[in-house]
Amino acid sequence: MREQRGTETMLGPFRVLDLTDDKGFYCGKVLGDLGADVIKIEPPGGDPARSIGPFYKDISEPEKSLYWWAYNTSKRGITLNIETADGQEIFKRLVKTADVILESLAPGYMDKLGLGYSALSKINPGLVMTSITPFGQTGPYRDWKGPDIVGCCLGGQTYVTGDADRPPCRISFPQACLHGGVHAAGGTLAALRYRELSGEGQYVDVSLQEAFVWALQGPIQYWDLLKHNMVRTGISRSYYISPRYPIRMMRFGYPCKDGHVAFMVAGGLIAAVSMPAMVGWMAEERMLGAFEPMKDWGYDEWLMRDPISMSREDVDAEEDTLARFFATKTRAELYEQALKRRIILYPSNTTEDLVENIQLKERKFYVEVEHPELGQTITYVGAPYKMTETPWRISSRAPHIGEHNQEIYEHELGLSKEEMRLLKEARVI
Amino acid sequence: MKRRRALEGVKIADFGWVVTGPAAAKFGANLGAEVIRIESNTRPDILRFAPPAKDGELGMNRSAMFTLYNDSKLGITLNMRMTQAREVARRMIYNWADVIVDGLVPGVMKSWGLDYETLKKEKPELIHIATTMQGQTGPYSRMPGHGQVGAQLAGFSHVTGWPDREPAIPLQAYTDFVTFPHVVTALIAALIYRDRTGRGQYIDVSQFESSLQFLAPPIMDYMINGRVMMRMGNRSTHAAPHAVYRCLGEDRWCAIAVFTDEEWENFSKVIGNPGWTRDPRFATFRGRKENEGELNALVEEWTVNHSAEEVMGCMQGAGVPAGVAASGQDLVADPQLNHRGTHVILEHPEIGPHIYQPPPYQLSRTPAELLMPAPCIGQHNEYILKDVLGMSDEEVADLIAAGGLE
Repeated sequence: MREQRGTETMLGPFRVLDLTDDKGFYCGKVLGDLGADVIKIEPPGGDPARSIGPFYKDISEPEKSLYWWAYNTSKRGITLNIETADGQEIFKRLVKTADVILESLAPGYMDKLGLGYSALSKINPGLVMTSITPFGQTGPYRDWKGPDIVGCCLGGQTYVTGDADRPPCRISFPQACLHGGVHAAGGTLAALRYRELSGEGQYVDVSLQEAFVWALQGPIQYWDLLKHNMVRTGISRSYYISPRYPIRMMRFGYPCKDGHVAFMVAGGLIAAVSMPAMVGWMAEERMLGAFEPMKDWGYDEWLMRDPISMSREDVDAEEDTLARFFATKTRAELYEQALKRRIILYPSNTTEDLVENIQLKERKFYVEVEHPELGQTITYVGAPYKMTETPWRISSRAPHIGEHNQEIYEHELGLSKEEMRLLKEARVI
Repeated sequence: MKRRRALEGVKIADFGWVVTGPAAAKFGANLGAEVIRIESNTRPDILRFAPPAKDGELGMNRSAMFTLYNDSKLGITLNMRMTQAREVARRMIYNWADVIVDGLVPGVMKSWGLDYETLKKEKPELIHIATTMQGQTGPYSRMPGHGQVGAQLAGFSHVTGWPDREPAIPLQAYTDFVTFPHVVTALIAALIYRDRTGRGQYIDVSQFESSLQFLAPPIMDYMINGRVMMRMGNRSTHAAPHAVYRCLGEDRWCAIAVFTDEEWENFSKVIGNPGWTRDPRFATFRGRKENEGELNALVEEWTVNHSAEEVMGCMQGAGVPAGVAASGQDLVADPQLNHRGTHVILEHPEIGPHIYQPPPYQLSRTPAELLMPAPCIGQHNEYILKDVLGMSDEEVADLIAAGGLE
């Protein structure tokens, strides 16, 4: 029997039991920030992911992991050892009260514990159970290990990223489980919507590899249609149309006085929008260089320009001119002018830039969250979407280890203090 | 018996552009919603002319980049500069749609009389999702841009590549791929809320904002500790070896990642327990981290003599994480993806049979389905106008004569 927690959030009436490790944290966070009652269940002593840094003031302790903080917002926390008979019994009592279960154990493991979907759906036929694993529940790779770099490689992203003369590389901050998490939330919500209409729950099997393939655009399509493999090109882009056309590599980023900016010369619509103003600006500063012949070009001339038909020397000359121009200005100066003059030019932001960013500040993007144990609020990354009726909200910081044991076990399930003590000593909670 | 669908009965009007909106709408279609993609011949989606194209010849209906995000939808062309076309759009929204997904520059929907404030007066249960690069408000909301700058704007480029080199840029429009699954969650959660309360709402999605959750810990690290995260190739702060190693053959690579002592022992066993693995410089995690450059060179001395597949198979077989850096060709042939049904062949009228992709999860009771290939431009004009919107033959003829379907 669910507690009615109010209907002012999208997912307020729903309870989620979140058994995931770092492979699945983000899913529960998405649901929790939309109002669901998410209960994070950790092994007694805490989830090993609490040792993932960075840490608050570099204090490497389980309650100070910024990774844990960032991805477990809006969740209450209890400890429970589901490998014990007592733990499984308690878990099943909680399952009766839940709408969703999230887990990321090795395929087949929950079944082995008697806690797989077939067993739990008997207790709660409306249950939605979502499993998040590196490769999914079945298949030749199902038992393989899948940390982020493996997901990036087998998901195709690594091969097409990085400098051509170095090994291919991943984005240095792990992404695969985050893509998996947000997709898992989508699949879970689809199942939940169906449950609300039909009364029937179901099982949702999420593959991190497949989720990361959705963060890729092109390699599969290029091989499928043209038997061509896209390759890594560092800070440049190359566009392959067919064997009949030369592959033209063009810079998509340039160094500037204090970092890098995103800019591409090219042709077509993008050039038509940007280049007249860009060339005009360079003319003002008498730095036209290779663009001297184009100083009177307008929208139409740039629209018709086809970079594929340019020679390598001409492309290099243009890129050289731009590099010299950008070298005289900072990211901030270039971005401000780009806005004024309506040029498609953007900074390559560092985390410092992201925090100082004017647009984000104006939109009040970053949010304050109470940390009573520190006696202060901490600033968190804010809403992925701004909704008029049911605002996204971080309802609480990530839980401490066993923070809500009393609230859930004693007050809700009615366990006595004596039972709690016994379970604690037996390392069930 | 007709199979039940998760988003049965839901109708989505897709005014999206390029990736974010259309991809979210496509997922909706795969989950059971009816989706109409609204386009125009006078201003076709730029993806329609993006390579790769059938036989290397670009054309309106030949791009696999476009089709990837637009299967399972009906397609109509409406020239929104024509009043009559706007009337059709209004009719579609008031009489048919539950959800609008719009990828337009802020202000455009309003100029058509289709802004949320107007629409909700007649239809309070409407869900309107607007996706842009930087949001509907703020000094940079109308800055011209496109999805490909997102990776740099949102900070991903800066942390990709090598510390002694310029940043590398993730392929294509990375922030679109972070944003669109967030749009999917907002869309379905809004439907759940509406089913319960009858109330719709407006959802303002900024790609820039949506994407920053994927860098939250490094952002907080700067805010709290003043540390600016720098790119570090393929290294990890808590594993070694942890890199992508050259293998036998031309441009073939495999990642190997060792996180525990047990994995280190198994790794050493796989490569034949050479003496160097017992050297104090490499026998512990800290030693391996301190001597990581040398470690990687030693590992690569082994991997260069084996194919990437062999490296992956041997390592995973021994419980050591490893993965081939998969090219497009590898992905198409991947046995696990094929087992999962990730590559779905649909026959497109101009491209012929080619690969589409379902959402990355399997629902046991209401599985996602790819019903039909992406529409050719305006392919379903007549069906939509007459059968879906109930327009008469005369109304349709007038619309055509006025240029409304261009």
